[in-house]
Amino acid sequence: MNNMLEIRDLQASVADKQILKGINLTVNAGEVHAIMGPNGSGKSTMSNVLVGHPGYTVTGGSVTFKGKDLLAMPAEDRSHEGLFLSFQYPVEIPGVSMTNFMRTAINEKRKYQGLPPMAPTDFLKLIKEKRDLVKLDAKFMNRSVNEGFSGGEKKRNEIFQMAMLEPSLSILDETDSGLDIDALRIVADGVNRLKSPETAVIVITHYQRLLDYIKPDIVHVLYQGRIIRTAGPQLALELEERGYDWVIKEFEESQK
Amino acid sequence: MFEKNYIELFQENRALVERGSSGVMNALRDRALESLKTYGLPSKKLEEYLHTDVSAWFEPDWGMNLARLDMPVDMAQAFRCNVPNLSTLMYFLANDSYAESHSASRVLPDGVIAGSLKEISDSNPELVSEYYGRLADLDKTGTAAFNTLFAQDGFMVYVPDGVCVEKPLQLVTLLQSKVDLLVNRRILVVLGRGAQLKMLLCDHALSANSFLSTQVIEVFAGQDSRFELYDLEETHTRNHRVSELYIRQEAGSWVHADSITLNNGSTRNSSFVTLAGRGASLSLNGAAIADSSQHVDNLTFVDHREPDCTSSELFKYVLDGQSTGAFAGKVLVRPGSQRTVSQQTNRNICLTRQARMFTQPQLEIYADDVKCSHGSTVGQLDDNAMFYMRQRGISEKEARMLLMLAFVAEVIGMVELDALRDRLTRLVEKRFRGELSQCEGCRACR
Repeated sequence: MNNMLEIRDLQASVADKQILKGINLTVNAGEVHAIMGPNGSGKSTMSNVLVGHPGYTVTGGSVTFKGKDLLAMPAEDRSHEGLFLSFQYPVEIPGVSMTNFMRTAINEKRKYQGLPPMAPTDFLKLIKEKRDLVKLDAKFMNRSVNEGFSGGEKKRNEIFQMAMLEPSLSILDETDSGLDIDALRIVADGVNRLKSPETAVIVITHYQRLLDYIKPDIVHVLYQGRIIRTAGPQLALELEERGYDWVIKEFEESQK
Repeated sequence: MFEKNYIELFQENRALVERGSSGVMNALRDRALESLKTYGLPSKKLEEYLHTDVSAWFEPDWGMNLARLDMPVDMAQAFRCNVPNLSTLMYFLANDSYAESHSASRVLPDGVIAGSLKEISDSNPELVSEYYGRLADLDKTGTAAFNTLFAQDGFMVYVPDGVCVEKPLQLVTLLQSKVDLLVNRRILVVLGRGAQLKMLLCDHALSANSFLSTQVIEVFAGQDSRFELYDLEETHTRNHRVSELYIRQEAGSWVHADSITLNNGSTRNSSFVTLAGRGASLSLNGAAIADSSQHVDNLTFVDHREPDCTSSELFKYVLDGQSTGAFAGKVLVRPGSQRTVSQQTNRNICLTRQARMFTQPQLEIYADDVKCSHGSTVGQLDDNAMFYMRQRGISEKEARMLLMLAFVAEVIGMVELDALRDRLTRLVEKRFRGELSQCEGCRACR
C-alpha cells in the first residue's frame, strides 16, 4: 500500500515547549525507515505523538494512517488499526501477568474487528509460536508484565508483543539501547521475520549498529523538530563515521 | 451522648435481655454497664476514631430484638453464598441469633464443639466462662462494652488440643428485617494446643433497610495452633458495621486473618492481636473497595510481648467516587521482645479527586534487637502503565480494571484457601465492573 502513513507539517509540544516544528514524512508498505538524530531532536516525541500519548499536545499538521485521520483516534484504536510502538523504556506492570495482558490485548483488538474472543487453545498456540520467534522462555508468561525482566528480556518482550499483535506499522524506539550483541541479533531477527510487503517499520536509533541488522530503505535525520535530510541507507553509514555536525551545518547554511 | 438512651433501655429491659441469653453472658453485664457509663460510645474526640464517628451511628432509634422474637430469614438466598468447589461446615447467624440451618449434617472431629454461643454456654458453662469476655477490652472502647451489655447469642467454636478441623468452617451472618435494626453479634473461637481451624465469615445484608451491627470476635490461639480467618463483608450502603477482633496467640501459634470489605455502607473494623508467647506468627491483612459515599476504617494494634514473634500486615484500599478510607496501624514491641520481625504496609489508590484516604502507621519499639518497618502510600493508577496497555489496544476502562485487580490481587493472593481465593478474585472483578452494586446480600454473589 502506498502512503500507509502520511505525516504533514506535524507540530507538537510537551508542557508548552514546542518540540516538533513541522514534520513531513511518508511511509509506504514494505518500507523500512530509519530516523536518526542527535539527543533532544524530537525522535521520541514523534513516536509518542503518533501513538497518542496523552502527555503530548499536537499543535498543528495532520497524520493519516491507512487513509484515516490518526490524530482523531484514541490510543487503543490506533493500536487496533495496526500501529505499534516498541517502547524505549517498557513499563513494568506488577500484578498483571503477561498471559492475561496479551489475552486482553488480543481480544480487545478482535472486539474492535467484530470478532469473538480467541479460543484458549488457539491463543496458547499463538503465544508459543511467537515466543519462539524471539526466544522468550515460557516462564515469562506467568510473570507480571516486564517485572524483573532484564533489559534484553524487556526488549525481546516488546518484539514478542509486536509479533502477537501483527501491526502494519511498527515504530521501534531505540530498541537497541541497553542490548548486548546477542540480544540485538535476536531482536533484529524477530523484526526481520515479521517484515512483509504489507508492513512497514520505523526504526528510531542513535547508532548504525541496529541498522546492520534491520536494513533501512530510507534514512532521515531529525534535528530541532524537523527532518533536515532524507537519503538512502548509505547516509546512516556516513553519520556513523562523521557524526551529525556536517549535516546540521549544511542544513543551517541552506536556511540562510 | 447517645449511650444514655441505651443504658436506660437496658435497665428497663434487663430481665428480658437476660432471659434470652445465658448465665455466662449475663455474668458480664454489670461490668459492661459500668464501662459504658464511664467511657461512652467512641466519637471523633478519640484519636482512634478521628475519621469515624461511631457514636453517631447509634443516634437513630434503632429496633432491637431483645425479646428474641423469631425473625425468619430466607435461607435459600443464603445458600447461594456457597463457595464453588469449597465444601464448608456452614453455620448461620440470622441477625443476632444463631439459626440452625437445614444444610447437610456437619460431621465434626471428636471433641470439637460448634454452634450457638448461648446454648454452648448453657451446656458447658465452665468452658465458656473461661474464655468469654476475657479478651474484649471493656475499658477501652465503648462498643465492646455495648456489645457485651446487649449480646444475647452468637457463635462459638471450640477445637480441643491436637485436633485439626480439615474442612473450613463458614459462618454466614445474615441481616434481614422489616424495620431498621441494631444487632449485636458475639463470636468466640477457642483453639487448644496444636489445634487447627480455618474460618470464613460472610457478612450479608439481605433486606434494603438500615442496619447497625456490633460484632465482637474473641480468638484464643493455643500453643502451636494454626488459625485462618477470612472476614468478608458484602452488605450495602445502608449498613453500619463496627467489628472488633481480639486475638491472643500463645507460643508457636500461627494466625492468618484477612478482612475484606467488598461492599458496605460505613464500616469500622478494629483488630487487636496480642503475641503472648515466644515464636508466635501473625499475618494480618485487609482489602477495601469503596465508591459513592462508602466509608471503610481499619484499625490494627499488634502487641509483641515475647521474643521471636513475627507479624506482617498488608492493607490495600481502592477508593472511587466520594468514598473515604482510613487505616491506623500500631505495632508495639515491648521490652524484652527481642528478634521481633514486624512489617506493616498500607497502600491506597484514590481514583477520583474527591476520594479521601487517611493513613497513620505507628511503630513503638522498646527492644533493641528487632527488624521492624512500616510504610504507607496514597496514589493514583500508574499513568505509564495505563498508556502502555492502551498502546497495546487495551481500552482505558479495561486497563484500569487490570490495574485495580492487580493492586488488590496482592491481598487476595494471600488467601490460603484456593477455592476462596478464586471466588474472591471473581467477586472483586465484578465489584470493579459495578456488577455488585445492586448487592442486597447473597443474591448477587452467584
